[in-house]
Amino acid sequence: MTILVIAEHDNASLKAATLNAVTAAAALGGDVHVLVAGSNAAAVAQAASQIAGVSKVIHADGASLENALAENVAAQVLQLADGYSHIVFPATASGKNVAPRVAAKLDVAQISDIIKVVSADTFERPIYAGNAIATVQSSDAKKVITVRTTGFDPAAASGGSAAVESVAAVADSGKSSFVGREVTKSDRPELTAAKIIVSGGRALGSDEKFQEVLTPLADKLGAAIGASRAAVDAGYAPNDLQVGQTGKIVAPELYVAIGISGAIQHLAGMKDSKVIVAINKDEEAPIFSVADYGVVADLFTAVPDLVKTL
Amino acid sequence: MTKVLVPVKRVVDYNVKVRVKSDNTGVETANVKHSMNPFDEIAVEEAVRLKEKGAVTEVIAVSVGTKESQETLRTALAIGADKAILVETDAELQPLAVAKVLKALVEREQPGLVVLGKQAIDDDANQTGQILAALADLPQATFASKVELADGKAVVTREVDGGLETVAVILPAIVTTDLRLNEPRYVTLPNIMKAKKKPLETVNPADLGVDVAPRLKTLKVSEPPKRSAGIKVADVAALVDKLKNEAKVI
Repeated sequence: MTILVIAEHDNASLKAATLNAVTAAAALGGDVHVLVAGSNAAAVAQAASQIAGVSKVIHADGASLENALAENVAAQVLQLADGYSHIVFPATASGKNVAPRVAAKLDVAQISDIIKVVSADTFERPIYAGNAIATVQSSDAKKVITVRTTGFDPAAASGGSAAVESVAAVADSGKSSFVGREVTKSDRPELTAAKIIVSGGRALGSDEKFQEVLTPLADKLGAAIGASRAAVDAGYAPNDLQVGQTGKIVAPELYVAIGISGAIQHLAGMKDSKVIVAINKDEEAPIFSVADYGVVADLFTAVPDLVKTL
Repeated sequence: MTKVLVPVKRVVDYNVKVRVKSDNTGVETANVKHSMNPFDEIAVEEAVRLKEKGAVTEVIAVSVGTKESQETLRTALAIGADKAILVETDAELQPLAVAKVLKALVEREQPGLVVLGKQAIDDDANQTGQILAALADLPQATFASKVELADGKAVVTREVDGGLETVAVILPAIVTTDLRLNEPRYVTLPNIMKAKKKPLETVNPADLGVDVAPRLKTLKVSEPPKRSAGIKVADVAALVDKLKNEAKVI
């Protein structure tokens, strides 16, 4: 049994989500290979070869793979699929984009967002915004899986010494093309990998207040900043900071929810955090039902106080 | 371009706190409020806006499921879809089966664009659009927050980790909607009345030559682990004390 993990990267560096996917792959029991599909991504292939537990890295390099267009990446994976029992993607925007396309061409059911490997054909995955956990068994010959990264510890990024094998990149499909990218600039830790997250909701009132209140606290704690959907919809924060069923799924050591009521859809994204703190002036807010420590107070005085006390 | 096909799904309403059945076979769905999957409402709205702009001529809403899905299709018609197709079956449906049904309809109706929600809030799979794209051998633009049609292409801004990305896909193509694509309109009473007169065709999967048997077997559905009850602390000083000395996270 051999498992292929599709690496997440930006052609320059390997993304941490790959490490969690490798751990899930190792739990299946078998040889773990990693595919690095990109353009001028030799450094990424090199980094992948260092991951503990990886026995081979397959490096496909070509212009068709530069922007990870689903049509081309899926074709690349399919070209290699014959030798593998399981094909594993991290459940990132990119993994979710490509994995179902691969599964469809293999005529197998894709299994989304697994949080636990029960056996090589049986997995646990959350449904209904995390309000239920389904245990599912696949009868397909090949399993195409996406892995919820917060469900698995990251594999060690060093200590491995896998061979890197180059394969030719697929031709461009001609059906899609990349136009441009607008990256949100941030020198904070990445939201999905941060140990501490400070998250704001609609109660902050404006984008100025959102920055003014949350930034000092995040700076002090070395935390990433997150937001509820209400805050994003109101324009206080960019969409890629959204935590919840439809945004990012996070599980930091400490999650500080500030002015967030705690709707089901938000809880779906953060309730696996180790310690949850809620600061809210409404003592009936549902967030207090999941918070380990709650403070009923006006956030505009409590948060600056907190920054001072820390 | 002539037509847009918009698949819609009837799901447990997003405000309902679902309960797991005591025999662990699934979640309680009987006597629970259902409505159109929120991402699908956005898909219908986008299709109707494209029609209002003159970019398309006809919007066809499709649902695969039980007879009750008719209500969901009537909602789509009230938003502004022109006609509806119900692929009626009582079978348990998974994304691969639904995508195969949709592929058969794409072949029959020959739409220039298919707009789906990015995921359904019940199974949270986020697969059907991508699978349909693969089966029909069409390009895909998932998680769309902006769609523009011009010169035989759709230029789509996508919400990705770390920001936004824009791709151009040659039509016909598959687009899946993210939350920020638009704000769906409220359906008005006159439009609900008008929707009752619009055509709704019913077929079944066998008519389309599709086998909808599930490939994944659900062995068990259980409650997620409960968090132990927390405490409320008096003030910020007490909070910092707890975080430092009890939880030891800072």
